[in-house]
Amino acid sequence: MITLRGVKKRFGSQVVLDGVDFEVQEGETVALLGPSGTGKSVLLKSIIGLIKPDAGTVVVDEKEVFHLKRRELAELRSHIGYVFQNGALFDSMDVTENVRLGITNEEQYNDLDYVHKRVKQCLELVNLQPEAVAPKYPAELSGGMRKRVGIARAIAGEPKYLLYDEPTSGLDPVNADIIDGLVQRLSQELGVTSVMVTHDVRGAFRVANRLALLTGGKIVMQGTPQEFLASQHPQVKEFLERDFDNPSFAA
Amino acid sequence: MGEDKAMASRPLDIGTIIGNRVLDGASHVGRLFYFTLDAIRGLAEVKIWWPRAMAEAWNIGVGSLFIVLLISSFAGAVTALQTGYQFTGSIPYYVVGTLVVSSIVLELGPVLTALILAGRIGARYAAELGTMRVTEQIDALESLGRSPASHLVVPRIVAGLIMIPVLTVLANVTGILAGWWSVKLVLPVTDADFTYGAQSYWRPWDAWYSVIKSFFFAGSITLISCYMGFSTQQGAEGVGKSTTGAVVTSSVLILLLDTLLTRLLLNQ
Repeated sequence: MITLRGVKKRFGSQVVLDGVDFEVQEGETVALLGPSGTGKSVLLKSIIGLIKPDAGTVVVDEKEVFHLKRRELAELRSHIGYVFQNGALFDSMDVTENVRLGITNEEQYNDLDYVHKRVKQCLELVNLQPEAVAPKYPAELSGGMRKRVGIARAIAGEPKYLLYDEPTSGLDPVNADIIDGLVQRLSQELGVTSVMVTHDVRGAFRVANRLALLTGGKIVMQGTPQEFLASQHPQVKEFLERDFDNPSFAA
Repeated sequence: MGEDKAMASRPLDIGTIIGNRVLDGASHVGRLFYFTLDAIRGLAEVKIWWPRAMAEAWNIGVGSLFIVLLISSFAGAVTALQTGYQFTGSIPYYVVGTLVVSSIVLELGPVLTALILAGRIGARYAAELGTMRVTEQIDALESLGRSPASHLVVPRIVAGLIMIPVLTVLANVTGILAGWWSVKLVLPVTDADFTYGAQSYWRPWDAWYSVIKSFFFAGSITLISCYMGFSTQQGAEGVGKSTTGAVVTSSVLILLLDTLLTRLLLNQ
């Protein structure tokens, strides 16, 4: 379980998070919605300890993330897969080595037979052909493929939690649908708890069983997709309005 | 709000600018200290950094060899030619051997090599790591529970600490040979004169001094450039700033260390 209480963060004079309370139960897929630049990625990075909040607590599996020692934090991170907005693949390594780095168990990481098997398995899970993709370098892949390799790396260590930072941003609708489908399938097949940061309302409604809207530094509403649709909260209505008018959303 | 606007529109006075610079410098020193501690902790993961350090050492050694040898050849030749120009006949010719060898080994070899490598290796490290920072590759490594220090910093520092002294020794040898050859073009110096002069005032400590200096220079080039790369912010512009900062800071540090080490090691 992931729990954030009273999380505050500011960069210079700009307040990004202003006392955020947020909770993710085990097994659920939560989409964290909000306009660009409202601190969604900051919130996600604070869960894995990459950005330290100025105030508040971040607890994952009953462990206070920012009170952990270096080794304890590394151990906790080995149970969390993080999918970066632009893939964040290592330029100097081919796809096999990139995915291999996601294997967090050192014995498995050094067992080349296991590595070969696991890399193949992960690439297949994200709908990529291992034979074609594994020897390539990130620069040789398309944007959608890079995102999928990023997901393959995140799941290689068999994590309990998967955190997605804008997994569909910058993709065309077809590729965005593929990634959304993938997020949904991985949640169901691997049984992981997922948090997806996005401003793509359509994708969020398709994938998540709970939504949260972050705006003005606070979570203004959390609930099921149905509760969001029925909400009269002005900021929720304003945020959803554009996509309501979109025929593809209605479909 | 009104107060904020007034603050924003007020021109910065010289005291504020200096104060900000001092605070900025102090914060860099503090962060560099923690960065160094992280690198020291990263040393524990030998299995991770050793193979990477060897690959990096090969890269920077082979990649820098030509430019280092070229510049040290010219430095040796120019030293010899200028020595020849200043010889008026009252000084015995063998002294030229002493001058060329001492100038190259004690100063030109280690300092020129370090300054060239601050540009070549320092810029490369800062740009590579800076790009990795802005494209979230370093965050990705951390998110995988892996230490960026043992994967990225320690291999680069170790590679520099191994290869920069090696390149310095090669630069010293090349500089002396180039000087020896050049001086014979302008002065009637025989090989026997040159070697006699070179040996007369030669102390084995001079060679150690040259290597010790290059070791310190290697530490400062690699540590500063890795730190600058890791501290990169704001995209491509940030990478440019870090790269320039790495080269300028490590060059200044090389000259400061040169003075300090000369005072400490040759003041016997």
